[in-house]
Amino acid sequence: MTIYAAPGQPGSLATFRERYDQWIGGEYVAPASGRYFENPTPVTGRTFTEVARGDAADIERALDAAHGAARTWGKTTATQRAVILNKIADRMEQNLELLAVAETWDNGKAIRETVGADIPLAIDHFRYFAGAVRAEEGSISQIDEDTVAYHFHEPLGVVGQIIPWNFPLLMAVWKLAPALAAGNCVVLKPAEQTPASILVLMELIADLLPPGVVNVVNGFGVEAGKPLASSPRIRKIAFTGETTTGRLIMQYASQNLIPVTLELGGKSPNIFFEDVAREQDAYYDKTLEGFTMFAFNQGEVCTAPSRALIQESIYDRFLGDAVARTQAIRQGNPLDTDTMMGAQASNDQLEKILSYVDIGTAEGARLVTGGERNVLDGDLAGGYYMQPTIFEGKNSMRIFQEEIFGPVLAVTSFADYDDAMTIANDTLYGLGAGVWSRESTIAYRAGREIQAGRVWTNCYHAYPAAAAFGGYKGSGIGRENHKMMLDHYQQTKNILVSYSAQKLGFF
Amino acid sequence: MSSPPERVAVTEAAIEVLRRLRAQHGELMFHQSGGCCDGSSPMCYPAGEFLVGDADVRLGELVVAGSPGEGAPGGDAPGGEAGFVVPVWMSRNQYVYWRHTHLTIDVVSGRGAGFSLEAPEGVRFLIRSRLFSDEEQRALDDAVAPDGAEALTGWAF
Repeated sequence: MTIYAAPGQPGSLATFRERYDQWIGGEYVAPASGRYFENPTPVTGRTFTEVARGDAADIERALDAAHGAARTWGKTTATQRAVILNKIADRMEQNLELLAVAETWDNGKAIRETVGADIPLAIDHFRYFAGAVRAEEGSISQIDEDTVAYHFHEPLGVVGQIIPWNFPLLMAVWKLAPALAAGNCVVLKPAEQTPASILVLMELIADLLPPGVVNVVNGFGVEAGKPLASSPRIRKIAFTGETTTGRLIMQYASQNLIPVTLELGGKSPNIFFEDVAREQDAYYDKTLEGFTMFAFNQGEVCTAPSRALIQESIYDRFLGDAVARTQAIRQGNPLDTDTMMGAQASNDQLEKILSYVDIGTAEGARLVTGGERNVLDGDLAGGYYMQPTIFEGKNSMRIFQEEIFGPVLAVTSFADYDDAMTIANDTLYGLGAGVWSRESTIAYRAGREIQAGRVWTNCYHAYPAAAAFGGYKGSGIGRENHKMMLDHYQQTKNILVSYSAQKLGFF
Repeated sequence: MSSPPERVAVTEAAIEVLRRLRAQHGELMFHQSGGCCDGSSPMCYPAGEFLVGDADVRLGELVVAGSPGEGAPGGDAPGGEAGFVVPVWMSRNQYVYWRHTHLTIDVVSGRGAGFSLEAPEGVRFLIRSRLFSDEEQRALDDAVAPDGAEALTGWAF
């Protein structure tokens, strides 16, 4: 067991400033309004820093810096950009634990996740896109013997990115890496719940990126996010969040005729066919872990497997084993490496989760375990902790249809394959799904039939670069985490050349 | 037959926030979100900021009474504050899954994401839900909503 020292305590790997300004043009710039907002850590509920409260003036200033850098950055070679992305990855790797502690303190998640997943994935993401852009080629089409169409990839220019609070660094890097690899400059607006860890990263890599290539403007959505999303000075907007804001961002984008990529969450089914319980072996043990993945990152994952579908013939036994696995989750100080589940990211998030426990109960769902706020001891008493919670009910209930974004699982049973597919697809969303079966035919058929962009098969919650990630139905537009994301950050320039001396003969 | 019950309501605490927001931003509207992060939260915008259309259902409106002026019991008396209404919208496809519940807009301390107007106030609107009683549900089923929303029964995707 290791307990990392909390920021502000002696020996802590991460140190936050008392106050953060906007990161514009490679340096801190005070917000035009002179206003700041307090940033509490979900670990204790206490404020640990204050952060610039940006508005349209700060966004304009960041856009000035980005446009100032774009001409030069957009002309760099893919090789030069790849070298920089690899250096960023190396720098992050050298400071992995520092970034992990900063991320845990800002977001509340368990340190074993930030050390083992968030930061290593972010590092690998830069390396993946460094490689992808080096290997990317344009194309030519020979139209006829003397006519050739050349296709070049060009950066869009300056793009806007709005980042969620559940994986503040990793989600920022998912968007930054392809945008930078493609030669764009970025104005990035972090979530107001988690504004600080990204600035720790910016300082860490400040000497590696030319000033103005990445600019970070903090503030509230309505004050800073809206002027960014609606600006006529961006060529694309990327957003991860929920459906109403997603629609609003598309609406703004339509006014400027710019493309959007949206990742808007889901209500992912995790399906356990009866053959999983055929033997009590390592694979069965793995399926129980797969079930319990609903509690990963406190359930604050867009693809959280928040609906478990268990075949009737094994229902009681499997659920019994799975509940036991869930009840073994250790909750405690997020900076303790033995802690499995940390704090929810904010007070209002905790309140929302509890409101869904009320709804589930009112709808007649059976509370199997959990269901209450978890008040921990000492300094942690003010933190936002929630017990891992399992409800048993029907797919028509609201707890089966809405993304609670907390460690709350809705479990139901299915009779056969067709029933499983009907329930799995009876949702507005289609981001993730899990299929568990020893029979590859069943798993394959189910994977193809489920209307979701990512179907984990005999695994869950793996997010390797090179596996495309994005939504069907209401879950959004675009595919991140894959080289195809480069397309979302590039223009195609076609140069159509005639090498013939012969005129057409029209005039 | 009794008239169908309201689908939406608002708490006193939320009304106080709405009064402040209206003083700053003018007429208001809600659109109920879905999906991740701040999903499932009611988003408050200046009226007209969020374009609603055939893909949406108007669930109802929150009525905020005026505050009386000195010596005057009415809402529009001099020195008093006029009452106002805030329409509440939801995506039509989401409504299919929510139609059996009554929604009350409440407020908690915190900081929502998205572009909802109340975030800078250090508060977040939150939906409290209760199930309609059988009697209420029958009355709602018998009624035809102004925008034909009830015709959605049996909606297939």
